[in-house]
Amino acid sequence: MTVTEERVPLVELTDVSKHYGNVRALEGVSLEVHAGEITCVLGDNGAGKSTLIKTIAGLHQHDGGTLRIEGEETRLASPRDALDRGIATVYQDLAVVSLMPVWRNFFLGSEPRKGKGPFARLDTDLMRRTTREELLRMGIDLRDVDQPIGTLSGGERQCVAIARAVHFGAKVLVLDEPTAALGVKQSGVVLKYVAAARDAGLGVVLITHNPHHAHLVGDRFVLLRRGAMVGNHTRDEITLDELTKQMAGGADLDALHHELKRG
Amino acid sequence: MTTTDTRATGGPAPGGERPRDERLLRTSPLRKLLSRPELGSVVGALAVLVFFAVAADGFLRPSSISTVLYASSTIGIMAVPVALLMIGGEFDLSAGVMVTSSALISSMFSYQMTANIWVGAGVSLLVTLAVGAFNGFMLTRTKLPSFIVTLGTFLMLTGMNLGFTKLIDGTVSTKSIGDMEGFPSAHALFASTLGIGGVDLKVTVLWWLGLVALASWVLLRTRVGNWIFAVGGNEDAARAVGVPVAKTKIGLYMGVAFGAWVSGQHLLFSFDTVQSGEGVGNELIYIIAAVIGGCLITGGYGSAVGSAVGALLFGMTSKGIVFAEWNPDWFKFFLGAMLLLATLLNTWVRKRAEATK
Repeated sequence: MTVTEERVPLVELTDVSKHYGNVRALEGVSLEVHAGEITCVLGDNGAGKSTLIKTIAGLHQHDGGTLRIEGEETRLASPRDALDRGIATVYQDLAVVSLMPVWRNFFLGSEPRKGKGPFARLDTDLMRRTTREELLRMGIDLRDVDQPIGTLSGGERQCVAIARAVHFGAKVLVLDEPTAALGVKQSGVVLKYVAAARDAGLGVVLITHNPHHAHLVGDRFVLLRRGAMVGNHTRDEITLDELTKQMAGGADLDALHHELKRG
Repeated sequence: MTTTDTRATGGPAPGGERPRDERLLRTSPLRKLLSRPELGSVVGALAVLVFFAVAADGFLRPSSISTVLYASSTIGIMAVPVALLMIGGEFDLSAGVMVTSSALISSMFSYQMTANIWVGAGVSLLVTLAVGAFNGFMLTRTKLPSFIVTLGTFLMLTGMNLGFTKLIDGTVSTKSIGDMEGFPSAHALFASTLGIGGVDLKVTVLWWLGLVALASWVLLRTRVGNWIFAVGGNEDAARAVGVPVAKTKIGLYMGVAFGAWVSGQHLLFSFDTVQSGEGVGNELIYIIAAVIGGCLITGGYGSAVGSAVGALLFGMTSKGIVFAEWNPDWFKFFLGAMLLLATLLNTWVRKRAEATK
């Protein structure tokens, strides 16, 4: 661990572990997220990436180690708790309700209202206008905020979710495999918005199993394998090749290479 | 993105003052209409109206209209909360017998305690809401499908309705409460007839319209409405963004219970006794009205107005067959055909709505 800055990380995990019964889902994982930086969490299927983000997102609590938010040791009781502390999570598949219009999705769970008492009602004009403006600010020019969000492409939906998190004042943005189901071009678009969120001063946690995407934007890299942390690097310490190799489990890849070699 | 012109700042000015986006093909008003959840039911209702206006003599007479509206309102009062519940992604099979339970409690409590009718009605409201809360609580706690949970409540209520009535009154119907204190005012509120413009209008029609208006307001203009669509459309997503999923669902079940209470009081105060075996099977009628009105059986889509049109279709068909002097057995056939047509149309609409471009 080479902590070059003295500033306090937005989120810091030290030696965190999580068990499901007798299954060790996560063991001794440490990572830090700084404002204006992207921390990539890399790992293959079953490496413990989901468990890790669920801990940061407040969906479940860690069993061992410490979780610090802006230097203060804490446990997150619920996703709402995490949101209130400025940690917004964008999930791969459950980010949005596809039958609902874009603007209703954008404000879901934090709807602005006007009026008092029993007459408190949704401020629909504000909601529509804000949705449009916020998306435009991230460079997404939507045709119609009234269309069901299910009619958007996968990349656009991710971007709406990211814009939503940015708008609601998230300090830390957790992205679960935002590029997993996307083509090359769409992935590029999403990564651009991830970088935009970083430039806006957010700390980003990017979960991915694609070292190419990670290396394009990442400042720190945490590698997970079978629930354990196998690497924790900063950008200047590691090359793309090395990252790919470590992620695939260096020796395993060599063996596979050998096995598949023809002739 | 400073080059992106006035579109950004103009906002969604109503009436289409916003400069047109060149990528938006001109949406014909017809196409816009096609995406409304109520569309299928409105078209169906118009067709049935024209059909019976031709086929049945006097279908459009004021007295017939009032009969049709009354029949529609008794279904509609329940179809509204059942529709909200379906939009929220759940069923309530106990809705039919809950109406009877509510009437029985009201009647028996007042009679046995020799209390003012309104005391009985109050107790009935509390108990019925508690049954609704029980449904919702069991559902959200056990994570069992609502089909199973409310089927259980349905059977238990059916048994208790008969069992308690026989135990307390000795027969399958309650004692008359027609001469008890408070009956006239309760009758006025739940079962009176008003003459408006030459048409005898049952007060249930007002209850019905009031509930439709309230439910539409809640659905479209409040945050609770947003939550209802969300828990029905994608429960996990809703939970992840901080929507109180369990509370929303319990609230929806209590809404059905409130509808059951209003219906039950109407049932009681239209006459002065209640048959304890009534109500079985009505839960399906409410669900059918909601589905014909455009509610998706899988949740997340539908409207309160649609459920009202569904109930109206129901009332027109059931009474229209009588006015046309046909064998009422055909009613069920019409109902089945309408249900199938409506569901097919709704599925098609949803596919369009969800389609990736």
